[in-house]
Amino acid sequence: MDRIPIIKMAEFLLVSIQVDMHDKLALTLQDDLTNQIVKTHARGVLIDISSLEIVDSFIGRMLANIAAMSKVLDAATVVVGMRPAVAITLVELGMSLTGVRTALNVERGMDLLRDALGAPAAVDGVNANAQD
Amino acid sequence: MGQKTMMRLATILERHEKDVLNEWVDQQLAAVTRRRDLVNDQELREDSRRFLAIFRQAAQNESGADADWGEARAFLEDLSRTRARQGFSPSETATFVFSLKQPLFARLRQDLGRDPDALAGEMWSTSVALDRLGLYTTEVYQKSREEVIVHQQREMLELSTPVVQLWQGVLGLPLIGTLDSARTQVVMENLLRSIVETGATIAVIDITGVPTVDTLVAQHLLKTVAAARLMGADCIISGIRPQIAQTIVHLGVDLNAVTTKATLADAFAVALQRTGFAVTRAASARSASPAKH
Repeated sequence: MDRIPIIKMAEFLLVSIQVDMHDKLALTLQDDLTNQIVKTHARGVLIDISSLEIVDSFIGRMLANIAAMSKVLDAATVVVGMRPAVAITLVELGMSLTGVRTALNVERGMDLLRDALGAPAAVDGVNANAQD
Repeated sequence: MGQKTMMRLATILERHEKDVLNEWVDQQLAAVTRRRDLVNDQELREDSRRFLAIFRQAAQNESGADADWGEARAFLEDLSRTRARQGFSPSETATFVFSLKQPLFARLRQDLGRDPDALAGEMWSTSVALDRLGLYTTEVYQKSREEVIVHQQREMLELSTPVVQLWQGVLGLPLIGTLDSARTQVVMENLLRSIVETGATIAVIDITGVPTVDTLVAQHLLKTVAAARLMGADCIISGIRPQIAQTIVHLGVDLNAVTTKATLADAFAVALQRTGFAVTRAASARSASPAKH
């Protein structure tokens, strides 16, 4: 059975969704991710969905759920790289993922995570970003 | 029944085509609905001549099928479109076809006066054929007007939803006119595309040009804000006029989730602050301005 890889990077976990999500895969990811957060003591989770072209209400809810679960485990979650069409679809479905942080790309997402955790690197990140 | 009767009409037409044409044109020239300002006599005569010729041919081939009238329909379609653009009213356009009845019926009575049965049959089938063609002109007229409206709507849609870059990472959306769901869709798509292209983190939606904000418009605005947020960009709504602020509160619309500012300038200041920029007055200007006063 295929799984979505979860990569540990310092105190963060990176999840890059490169395939079309089906419901079973989403549930597996939910399981794996919560396990990993506990195991690695991760403080932040970054989910890259730039390859995701199709979303439905289930996937939308899954994203919201993952964020909520991470929060319970004290890890901030950022969803990055959402495509315009996906964003419009989610809004039309009435799911604006209010509890989830979002960013345009992975780089911005990492800045946001560092920011959220109050790491000193975050200040540099924001400034560097604003000046480029 | 159609075949035989229409054949008779066709032979009559063949014999008297010129007379019928003259009578018809004279009558059209004398009619009250005549629009001398839009079509001159020459053109009217030419249109009438061509239509009568096509009509005669169609009557000759008449077998009861719609296909026989294809050419007549095509001609009228053209005529109707031209006249719609020239500013004729639909009834004026249809009258062109209906007015052919009088000279035709007069001819029929002359030739078939002694045979009431044949006369009635002939008049009926002619009437039906002309009615159909007349109604067809109205239909085409309406369709061409609708095309004009749709075209204008599309043009307005494109004109009225620009996304401009105000600063590095700051987008501006000056909205002019009412927000319906079709426009919201366009605004949303434009905004999201621009966010991807420019990597903007803040978008200022200026609604100074939106005449009224009801619950539906507010909902559309909130949808746009939500979509932009999903792409990692925050939205500021600016240009809220006093009346609109009152309406929003009276309607119970919840705009708490969004930053709102009274003017575009205020919103821009907030945007600059959030992106880490500051505006300062240049030293030379600072020293120069007191001297002026």
